[in-house]
Amino acid sequence: MSDKVTSIKIAGLGGMGVLTSTQILAEVFFRQGLDVKKAEVHGMSQRGGSICSDVRFGKKVFSPMVPAGSLDFLVLFQEDQFPLYEADCAPGTLILKPAAIDLAKLENKKALNIAMLGLLSRHLDVPVDVWLEVIREVLPAKLHKVNEAAFELGRKSV
Amino acid sequence: MERQFLMGNEAVALGALHAGAARGTGYPGTPSSEILDVFNQLGGKAEWAPNEKVAAEVALGVSFAGVRAFTTMKHVGLNVAADVLFTAAYSGVDGALVFIVADDPGLASSQNEQDTRRYAVAAGVPLVEPSDSQEAYDFTRLAFEISGRWKIPVIVKLTTRVCHSGTIVVPRKPDAGLPEAHFERNIPYHVMVPGHARPAHRRLRQKLAEIAEWNEKEGPNQKVKGSKDLGILVSGVAYQHAREAAPGASLFKVGMSYPLPMRQMLDFAASVDRAFVVEENDPYMADAVRAAGGTIESTPEMYRFGELDVGRVKRILTQDATPEAVPPRGKPPQLCAGCPHTITFEMLKKHNCIVAGDIGCYTLAALQPLAAMDTQICMGASLGVGLGLRHVLPREEAKRVVSVIGDSTFVHSGLTGLAEMTYNVPPTGHVLLILDNATTAMTGQQEHPGTGRLLDHTPANRLDYEKIVRAMNVQNVGVFDPVTQRDGYEAALTQALEKDELTVLIVRRPCILAVARKGVKPATQE
Repeated sequence: MSDKVTSIKIAGLGGMGVLTSTQILAEVFFRQGLDVKKAEVHGMSQRGGSICSDVRFGKKVFSPMVPAGSLDFLVLFQEDQFPLYEADCAPGTLILKPAAIDLAKLENKKALNIAMLGLLSRHLDVPVDVWLEVIREVLPAKLHKVNEAAFELGRKSV
Repeated sequence: MERQFLMGNEAVALGALHAGAARGTGYPGTPSSEILDVFNQLGGKAEWAPNEKVAAEVALGVSFAGVRAFTTMKHVGLNVAADVLFTAAYSGVDGALVFIVADDPGLASSQNEQDTRRYAVAAGVPLVEPSDSQEAYDFTRLAFEISGRWKIPVIVKLTTRVCHSGTIVVPRKPDAGLPEAHFERNIPYHVMVPGHARPAHRRLRQKLAEIAEWNEKEGPNQKVKGSKDLGILVSGVAYQHAREAAPGASLFKVGMSYPLPMRQMLDFAASVDRAFVVEENDPYMADAVRAAGGTIESTPEMYRFGELDVGRVKRILTQDATPEAVPPRGKPPQLCAGCPHTITFEMLKKHNCIVAGDIGCYTLAALQPLAAMDTQICMGASLGVGLGLRHVLPREEAKRVVSVIGDSTFVHSGLTGLAEMTYNVPPTGHVLLILDNATTAMTGQQEHPGTGRLLDHTPANRLDYEKIVRAMNVQNVGVFDPVTQRDGYEAALTQALEKDELTVLIVRRPCILAVARKGVKPATQE
């Protein structure tokens, strides 16, 4: 396996499910047997402020925070948050935005975070079953159907 | 045992559980708040105390019964508990006593950037500093061992980044065969009158000398072999950044930061061509190395502000003190839409009040667009600061001063301020608003003695603020729901501002987040 560390940042506003999607993302790579670290800031999450969290995985990860200019993926739940994270991006950073998804088909708008994970999953080498398994474990049963649909919607988007 | 993916706070809770801690107690404070809830979920006995001082006293009592105790708090919470820490260092403990203290370099959610390592030196208690969740687990267990072995309180110093980062943890077999609680009378050790404290101070210094020697030989410090050109002396999460910023460098990571393994640190500094200290917050290790006669390049002053990351460590290693790019500002947090606090602050603004505020969600009212809070310093200060202003301001200004405090903060540090208010009464009287949303909202809706529920949300005794206020002989006391009784509330506030009397209004409306939270109904008070 290569020593390459993959760095992902998920960004949005408090209440959009940034922390939940980060938890799912980290857990997925934890189950792949990789070293995983995630960094997030609590305390303001439910008060509508800008928030982001980092997930890094690979053979060995040191800093839990993505160093500036070394981001592989930036996942934005709201496009206007981009300027805050511009300095984290490199020329090769793949920036994923909600505009890539047909939001009219998103049954529950609160499932945008999971739809964005679906979009991200297209670029990561993990079987879809692992993603769905973790989503089902992290989210309560009554939310499974809508979020599985959201994940599939994202995964089919380009 | 199987590997787990844990946040630092979760790892501390698991470490305390595996160390056989009989009880954990504390007061919520970001970034430490999750530890006790997790400890409870794992089956540990956990409770919220009214404040950090009481929590530390309870934990000390548990340790006097010969078993293991811990207390959790954020860095500024240790200011409140400091009175306990300094003399518990003298008395020592019987079982074990661990202070879990979470610093907040970068001020993600705090009022200052104080460095808890200074407290370890000042009080004379050992301090360990984990750099990730594995060490948060290991060092918590180690702290209990050191505390039990030398009968001394031990601090585990976390930082926001360690508390709230998830990393992999491989737990070990839990401690077994720990003693049962029992009381051993030992008056010279447990009663710190001067005649007992004098020898206790000597015992403390002797313990610290022994621990320093142990730390040199078998402490939780780690050397990473690398180039002779560059050596980095580092502690805490800065270690992780340094490994990435300078992959080829030699590193000496200090795991126990007090007493420092100074001989090893000096040897390390002398073994490389260029030696740097990379540390967050104060230049604590840098000063210590120099005071011990060592030569080391330290972090330029600009890096003591805010937390470190890989990029900043790279800059430190080139001694780059040119101005850093100012990161763009995101959308600041604000009071939730529909938050009952908003009504109070709109009212205070309308009446042109001078608002002595306090710590909680409602502190967000100081920011735009409300900008309706004039002071905020520490837990409970709304009362004292408001009274100070009332005492000396010209009459027409003094009459506009209002103190505003939340329910959890009132229980934490407002009761003594209320005693002051009814004792040293300003000529214009005073007005106190207790914003009772029936939870510790800011830190994640924890219970407290005023909610009528214990940490695990089961029923408990509930403080009755009206009775407390009346018992302290406040002339005018009112209780209002700011939403359903807005007019009555405003009339009472207007009247209070006109009178030269003492008024306390209890503004009661549950936090909308707590109401929405599954399984927890707001306590309705009659």
